[in-house]
Amino acid sequence: MKYKNRILIDRVAQHTFKLTGYLVLALLGGIFGMLLYNAISFFLEVKPLDFLTGREWNPTAATPTYGILPLIVSTTIVAFGAMVIAIPLGIGTAAYISEYASPKVKNILKPLIEMLAAIPSVVIGFLGIVLVGPKIAELTDLPNGLNALNGSLLLAIMALPTIITISEDAIHAIPKTYREGSYALGANKWETLIKITIPAAAPGIIAAVMLGLGRAIGETMTVLMATGNAALFPQDFFDSVKTITATIAIEMGEVPYQTTHYFALFAIAIVLFFMTLIANLVGEYFINRFRKYHAA
Amino acid sequence: MTNNLYTKDLNIWFGSKHVLKGIDIEFPEKKVTALIGPSGCGKSTLLRSFNRMHDLVPDARIEGMVSIDGQNIYQKGISVTDIRKRIGMVFQKANPFPKSIQENIAYGLKLNNLDASPAVIQKALEEVYLWDEVKDDLKKPATRLSGGQQQRLCIARAVALRPDVILMDEPCSALDPISTLKIEELIHQLKDQYTIVIVTHNMQQAQRVADKTIFMYLGEVKEEGATIDIFNNPQHEITKNYINGHFG
Repeated sequence: MKYKNRILIDRVAQHTFKLTGYLVLALLGGIFGMLLYNAISFFLEVKPLDFLTGREWNPTAATPTYGILPLIVSTTIVAFGAMVIAIPLGIGTAAYISEYASPKVKNILKPLIEMLAAIPSVVIGFLGIVLVGPKIAELTDLPNGLNALNGSLLLAIMALPTIITISEDAIHAIPKTYREGSYALGANKWETLIKITIPAAAPGIIAAVMLGLGRAIGETMTVLMATGNAALFPQDFFDSVKTITATIAIEMGEVPYQTTHYFALFAIAIVLFFMTLIANLVGEYFINRFRKYHAA
Repeated sequence: MTNNLYTKDLNIWFGSKHVLKGIDIEFPEKKVTALIGPSGCGKSTLLRSFNRMHDLVPDARIEGMVSIDGQNIYQKGISVTDIRKRIGMVFQKANPFPKSIQENIAYGLKLNNLDASPAVIQKALEEVYLWDEVKDDLKKPATRLSGGQQQRLCIARAVALRPDVILMDEPCSALDPISTLKIEELIHQLKDQYTIVIVTHNMQQAQRVADKTIFMYLGEVKEEGATIDIFNNPQHEITKNYINGHFG
């Protein structure tokens, strides 16, 4: 090929990929701008402080209230519960697959776990209604089992494939020399795993947990089906909760266009946006803190 | 009964490959012994059998005996971690843990329930002549050190456990000449206290540091003896060809 043509192709490729890169940025900015634009209309009618500190969300009452606090608490406790279940299980499973499982077991287990991620969220929600819910009701003597605990259990199942797969990759990527160095000092497998391999893999594991958390905070259909959606201020895991995502999904379809209620849903979407953003930033911070121990 | 490290009819297979064949050798106490030979001759495999590193290889099979203090380290029921505490190892590529300098030394001490106080850590670092270079940076990540410093830290980590034997698997192969010289000087100092076995590709290095040299070829010990004899008066044609650089 002629030299000129090669230069040309190089240029075209460079600009094409630059364009796609910026397009993603533009999309992100566009979505945020759209949310912000609609939310501003809301904040012209409701004071931001009332919105953020209000303990009641009841936009369809005679005197509507737009307190986001119960929604934030709902989203937080469901996601927190899911992480409490999924993090130890996920890291433990990842460590087992990477360090203990025979190649044969590993080859079966890994694809199976990845298949778990392929189950549609509506099916998991279904499971929550027909299986987990009744079981919780039976064990706790509650009238029904559609509550935060149910949502946490289901979200844990949904976050597990992400946490396991990425953590396993991170643990597996730790050079053999670290493990050998540890064994040579008299450490056994467990000590090496806990004190050397997992800390060394921490950036990847935290990234895995943050992605799992992002999934748990953002998941809609499952929590909508399994948590009961009572817009009350939740007290504990056995209360019915209404998360931010479920609120938007339920109410967006029924709200009259361009009313305060309509704009309010954009405002809570922005809050959700910031919650996931903070989760990501915290993850990023820890990733950098551990990364400095690795050779550049 | 001898305190020396020695092997008796040691055979190792990886799968169906017979990589070490009937090794019968002895390592004099508080001396440096060099293992030399062309790539693939089994010298690293032999070295790694002394602290049971092959336990991690699923298809490795070991027969025969490796003995220290008259005790076969492959005997059933013996504590592997105890063996590894007594027989330390330094690897080809410096492998400090992704922790601080201080924690790198403290790690092995704590594992073996030994005193990990600052004084003990300082002593270990002094023994490898690293203390003056790092005394103000003990909390900094060990991976920020230079290659030579990292390798000396790894030696300090092994020395801190007060082993009987230190195994070194081409400890200088990734280092520049100045760092290499420092490690070699260090080996000279350490042999007052420890039995050292070093695998090296570098003929000059073997002559500089080793009291005894063992030449291996195709999984067997071809020739062994005082370093000076091996290099000045090799008995076998193949040894002569190797040390003169005709192959390898």
